[in-house]
Amino acid sequence: MSSLYGIREYSRIAEIRGPLLIVEGVRKVSYDEIVEVELSDGSRRRGRVLDISNNIAVVQVFEGTTGITTTGTKVRFLGRALELPVSEDMLGRIFNGLGELIDGGPEIVAGEKYDINGSPINPAIRAYPEDFIQTGISAIDGMNTLVRGQKLPIFSGSGLPHNRLAVQIARQASVKGQNEEFAVIFAAIGIKYDDYIFFKKFFEETGALNRVAMFVNLADEPAMIRLVTPRVALTLAEYLAYEVGMHILVILTDMTNYAEALREISSAREEVPGRQGYPGYMYSDLASIYERAGRVHGKEGSITQIPILTMPNDDITHPIPDLTGYITEGQIVLSRDLYNKGIYPPINVLMSLSRLMKEGIGKGKTREDHSQVSDQLYAAYSRGVELRSLAAVIGEESLNVNDRKFLRFADLFEKKFLKQGIRENRDVETTLDIAWELFAELPEEELTNIKEETIKRYHPKHRADI
Amino acid sequence: MRVRGRIKRISGPLVIADNMAGIQMYEMVRVGEERLIGEVTRIKGDMAYLQVYESTTGLKPGDPVEGTGSPLSVELGPGLLGNIYDGVQRPLSSIIDYLNKIGSRRSIFVERGIDVSPLSRDKKWYFTPSALNTGDSVSSGDVIGIVQETGLIMHRVLLPPGIQGKVSWIAPEGSYSIVDPIAEIKVNGEVKEVYMMQRWPVRTPRPYRLKLEPSEPLITGIRIIDTLFPMAKGGTGMIPGGFGTGKTVTLHGLAQWSSANVIIYIGCGERGNEMTEVLERFPTYKDPWSGKPLMERTVLIANTSNMPVAAREASIYVGVTIAEYYRDMGYDVLLVADSTSRWAEALREIAGRLEEMPAEEGYPSYLASRLAEFYERAGRVKAYGSPERVGSVTLVGAVSPPGGDFTEPVTTHTRRFARVFWALDTSLAYRRHYPAINWISSYSAYIDTVSDWWSKNVDPEWKAYREEIMGILVRENELQEIVRLIGVESLDEKDKLILDVARMIKDGFLKQNAFDPVDAFSTPKKQFELMKLIIDYYRDATKKVEGGTPASRIKELLGRLYVDIVKARFSVPNEKLEMIYKLKKEALKAISSA
Ligand SMILES: Nc1ncnc2c1ncn2[C@@H]1O[C@H](COP(=O)(O)OP(=O)(O)O)[C@@H](O)[C@H]1O
Ligand SMILES: [Mg+2]
Repeated sequence: MSSLYGIREYSRIAEIRGPLLIVEGVRKVSYDEIVEVELSDGSRRRGRVLDISNNIAVVQVFEGTTGITTTGTKVRFLGRALELPVSEDMLGRIFNGLGELIDGGPEIVAGEKYDINGSPINPAIRAYPEDFIQTGISAIDGMNTLVRGQKLPIFSGSGLPHNRLAVQIARQASVKGQNEEFAVIFAAIGIKYDDYIFFKKFFEETGALNRVAMFVNLADEPAMIRLVTPRVALTLAEYLAYEVGMHILVILTDMTNYAEALREISSAREEVPGRQGYPGYMYSDLASIYERAGRVHGKEGSITQIPILTMPNDDITHPIPDLTGYITEGQIVLSRDLYNKGIYPPINVLMSLSRLMKEGIGKGKTREDHSQVSDQLYAAYSRGVELRSLAAVIGEESLNVNDRKFLRFADLFEKKFLKQGIRENRDVETTLDIAWELFAELPEEELTNIKEETIKRYHPKHRADI
Repeated sequence: MRVRGRIKRISGPLVIADNMAGIQMYEMVRVGEERLIGEVTRIKGDMAYLQVYESTTGLKPGDPVEGTGSPLSVELGPGLLGNIYDGVQRPLSSIIDYLNKIGSRRSIFVERGIDVSPLSRDKKWYFTPSALNTGDSVSSGDVIGIVQETGLIMHRVLLPPGIQGKVSWIAPEGSYSIVDPIAEIKVNGEVKEVYMMQRWPVRTPRPYRLKLEPSEPLITGIRIIDTLFPMAKGGTGMIPGGFGTGKTVTLHGLAQWSSANVIIYIGCGERGNEMTEVLERFPTYKDPWSGKPLMERTVLIANTSNMPVAAREASIYVGVTIAEYYRDMGYDVLLVADSTSRWAEALREIAGRLEEMPAEEGYPSYLASRLAEFYERAGRVKAYGSPERVGSVTLVGAVSPPGGDFTEPVTTHTRRFARVFWALDTSLAYRRHYPAINWISSYSAYIDTVSDWWSKNVDPEWKAYREEIMGILVRENELQEIVRLIGVESLDEKDKLILDVARMIKDGFLKQNAFDPVDAFSTPKKQFELMKLIIDYYRDATKKVEGGTPASRIKELLGRLYVDIVKARFSVPNEKLEMIYKLKKEALKAISSA
């Protein structure tokens, strides 16, 4: 053993199992401490202490254990948890999944270091999110409104246009009456190179690159790093939001890859598995990422999170989307059916939800009729969709006149309200007006979710009267 | 003598310490240099297995562990109401003040190792002693004085359990802190000081004289609950549902509107913002029963999903102990826990680290008995001491089944102990039918218990109407099966009428928008009148259909009145029920010409 400035080095590796090293004869090693592994060829890897008992440490190696030998390998315990030096200058730069600069540009003058695991925000100091973010997308603004400080994931399927949607949101997101733009922190978690380039190009084209920090772990890079990447990204986000006072939009993609890495490490540790092999603590683990969104009293900034995940087999009950939905403040669900019908964005509004919508809309924020319009859209569209499946069995002609109107409503809704261009930025008034045009297709007495005076003011028929 | 040992192993929230001989099971311990709070969950030889209530990052083998000599306990006394605590009763608002005071830049976070008392030692309370004289015999549970804790709640200062003796001194009326003695009791020749504050170990139920049957409904203002699946004061209930089906909104509704005196709201492994919502709104919302700010009757316990998991396990017990304390004062207390599944998962995680043999889905085999013990702490009781007091603890837990699958262990086990089952239905939620409580699969074991109250206080016909409305809903459910196969046209006219009326019931009675100022809370009377409006219409319409009028004709005759009926829930305020009578008259008249 040699000890230098709190750094201790050991070389007795008893076992290598999956991404884990079991190191013996260690002393004064602490839980969650960061480790540097030096291979016999002099190359270095990083790791972290997962379990420590008297003199045995279980170390998870982020870059994987391929090529590590039990002899000739040195393991250095660095005497601290994994930290990220943060600074405002990190915007406009590109980092690897551990937070190390990789864009070849000049070094950044390192700021203060923060533990990447963060600490839970005191619930008593949170400020309830309520500032409407206009995304320019009708299905979101009209029916699943995003607010500043919310965590609203996109549940997608492989091959669906979630990246395009995320980019459209990032481009168009604005808060009414404020021209301050969001700074974007983008965490690529095990995604394909193409997808990464798609995002990078977009940020370059929009000239937004100097307001974006990218943390990149690609599909062919070590999986264990994925457990670190979102935390590194959020550590910078917290600094910028709560110390510098900026409004931050964090895009995390793809959280499914994160969860897979979590499962891998859990099975290497031979833990009792929960559902489908994912560890029982996956809920708490995911929460330690997603809950790092929000606003707090006494601080200017905010963190809005848009995690993206692909649902294995498009199954929303799969543990990854399921546990995510239990933590996030709603979800935007993409539908393969709509996509195949040629509808962009293919948002299944019935399965989607924004839990923070009610505080972000209404008079003074969007428009007074907003919540009633949204309720009515849901009621009418869901009835139309139900009748669609009924009509498929018993034939459209067996439906009565009224029911057929709802059927038509559902079609119009998808074509006129949902569907829009990838560069089409609708303001919320336009979104609501489109809804009223659709309501005009229904008998007025079917608008049971809307108050009389609201109908009088906004229904095209009555507007025409004035 | 305090036990002092050393850390041997650390794995997540589990720490194993040795040299711990003499430590007690469930004793509270201080772990590491930062003196993190922990609790003994298993003892093996001189080793103790500890669950640590704060993040264990940075702990090392060899770090000290110290016993405290007592089990994990809560402080009980004036000052609980209006407060927010973490899972081991650390006061979250005071922690912010404390961190600001010491100049911490990280005061928005809950950092580790912070030691702030749950109840303020400085605050003075105005104490009025009971009419007791020196030499009077007193025993545990006796009210020795009162303190106006909030505008809403008179705090009865109770002689702690286990004390019996003669008064040797009682403090005169005046202001005292909770650590100033307010009485001295001579117990077996020894004088014991009594304070406004007492401590109680959270895992031990507080004693009571007698358990009574629940007899009164807990009115919630939520129609499908009060009218169809009622809760009783002192009862137990569960609300299972997939994510986004409305568990939290319903529990917030219960906390807001219920006819309970005191509310304990436990955010157990859920979102930070949901606690914030309560904290920000409740001080401005009025209790519908007293007109006072809701926060004056509420205690919040928050272990959000990103806070340490071991404290999640404890939070439930901290909450229910505080509930029992107010019950003992003679209050009706409602405790809501969102979500008990997260508590069960915390139990599972710790059991897993202890390498215990897992039963179903990795949960420990004692999951069911722990759930039973928890729900057993509900009830309506006669408290110890004089004057005589009856109080109750009603327990309602949200359950979050993975994938919305009700056959999973937490849901199935909880069903054995909860007597009201409000089943949330994902397909109703997708349609935005809220509350998404499924009227076919839900049930309440308290219908007979509460029907006396309804017939005495609201209407003698309550039970008959309730049965009729249920009958229509059950029949409609059967008819929908048929319709899905062959369409509506093949049904006979009476059945078509049932479909129409069922839609009216769903849209005009069962749906209830928790965010609409008029709709959110229905008085029992309004609930009954809305139900009666629809059922009286149905009775008349049935006669017409039996007389040969087609159901579609009835609907035509009703015309726009249909809209007025289904909108009555949000267009008719509780104090304007004459609008409903008028509506009914018009509706019956409209169809009378058939
Ligand atoms: N009674 C209700 N009235 C109006 N909206 C409701 C009601 N119940 C639920 N909702 C809607 O459903 C969303 C999800 O409800 P929530 O209680 O948070 O679900 P859960 O706790 O089951 O995940 C809410 O944000 C709200 O939009
Ligand atoms: Mg909830």
